[in-house]
Amino acid sequence: MLIAQNIGFAIIAAIMIVGAIRVVTTSNVVHGALWLVVVLAGAAAQYVLLAAEFVAVTQVLVYIGAVMVLFLFGTMLTRSRIGRDSGLNNTYWKLGIPVALALFAAMAIALVDSFGSEKMPTDGAIVNTQQISDQIFGAYLLPFWALSFVLLAAVIGAIVLARKD
Amino acid sequence: MNSLLSVVIPYWGQSLLRVLGGLVAVLLPAGTIVYVFLFKMMSFMQSRLGPMEAGPQGSLQLFAEVGKWLQKEDIQPTNADKPVFKMAPIIVLMSTFLLVVVVPFGPDAWFTNLETGIFYALAVSSISVLGILMAGWSSANKYSLLGGLRAAGQLIAYELPMVLAVMGVVIQAGTMNLQQIVVAQNAGSMFGINTFGNPYVITQFVGFFVFMIAIQAELTQAPFDMPIAESELVSGYMTEYSGFRFLIFFIGEFATAGVFAMIASTLFLGGWGVPFSWFGWTSMDSVSNWMNIVGPLIVFTKMMVLTFLIMWVRFTYPRFREDQLQRFAWKVLIPVSLVNIMLTAVLKVMF
Repeated sequence: MLIAQNIGFAIIAAIMIVGAIRVVTTSNVVHGALWLVVVLAGAAAQYVLLAAEFVAVTQVLVYIGAVMVLFLFGTMLTRSRIGRDSGLNNTYWKLGIPVALALFAAMAIALVDSFGSEKMPTDGAIVNTQQISDQIFGAYLLPFWALSFVLLAAVIGAIVLARKD
Repeated sequence: MNSLLSVVIPYWGQSLLRVLGGLVAVLLPAGTIVYVFLFKMMSFMQSRLGPMEAGPQGSLQLFAEVGKWLQKEDIQPTNADKPVFKMAPIIVLMSTFLLVVVVPFGPDAWFTNLETGIFYALAVSSISVLGILMAGWSSANKYSLLGGLRAAGQLIAYELPMVLAVMGVVIQAGTMNLQQIVVAQNAGSMFGINTFGNPYVITQFVGFFVFMIAIQAELTQAPFDMPIAESELVSGYMTEYSGFRFLIFFIGEFATAGVFAMIASTLFLGGWGVPFSWFGWTSMDSVSNWMNIVGPLIVFTKMMVLTFLIMWVRFTYPRFREDQLQRFAWKVLIPVSLVNIMLTAVLKVMF
């Protein structure tokens, strides 16, 4: 049985929940971003528990190393006050609660429905990186290309919008 | 490390050994680099002697400095964001410790043998940016904030050429595992001659060049030291730090230099290995056990050679301007390394 993994999962999940609540309740934008780092790092730790090494490393590289750094960069350039900030909530914040619950329910149902009966292999079999790359550059080559084009279009669009001349 | 010197060590013993080994692998290079290069080499380059009083040739100066810093008052600005201010240096140092665990030091002398080795190293090295941004913001000081923002911009810009430079090595070795990259270099041959193995510094010299420039920038060493430019920003994101918190930043800077040099030596100079043909080894399994002792020394030697290059450049060149730095990364290094990847891929398919 995977008792140690389950205990680890519970601890990390608790930290992630506390972090996620602090993201929306903290009264300082930069603190919110830093709590979001905790949540994303927790997600990476959960991937490690699931023996998904490559996904975990990608999570750290993309979300903590790039996305959160840009978030912090942006907030520090614009509203970088230290201490409590007022007026961070807008008037529609209560609307977010049912949306979040509905999203959670939809994802939980989808995941339980499709993977509910599957179990982690207990012998520690790890999906290796080579298999992932074989899948991406073999069976899923076309979606991969399509995604690349979407990202390229987004990058070019950002440059066009940012250039004023 | 579990069968080192053919003694079976229990799990807690292995963990303890790994922690101690990690401390040695981070602090020993940092101390050596600071004494040999920062105290002595820089002094000789500037026609002076450097520290001479503490111990023979000033060799105990380092302990005196550490003692001095530990005694200093731990000053925190009144307006600073205290928890973030305190956490920032620890996150910077943590990224160094996370980085060292993938460096292989011998056939069995490794901390962890991750399948995604080099990818992991690139990922955790970017965590230090977070610490620097936190330090810059929480100090409640305009100079600190500007230094932090400059550092973030620079580190993001130079992470890309670093990743792209590594890609050439990964394509040529066919693996991201650092241990297998070492084996591929030492068991390989060039044009049928296997006396020297196949260190990737020869086939991937463009990648090596780009990688060394990128680490110079990632370490914010001159000529890439705009984030801590003392004539413009006092000391950048470190301005408000004193005492042992400054010491942590200081150790982090030079320990990261050492660890990055170890990773560069693993990727491009053959790491812990000697060309396998010298002793008639054919694969990983036939490597003798004594390499676990000699391997770390080889890595350390190569690390010293590469940090010498880093420090030589640091003491020689003047500082870039901010726009020159960004232009250099985006318009020179990234295109060059993209061409390098394409050529490597084409040659890999051809041969």
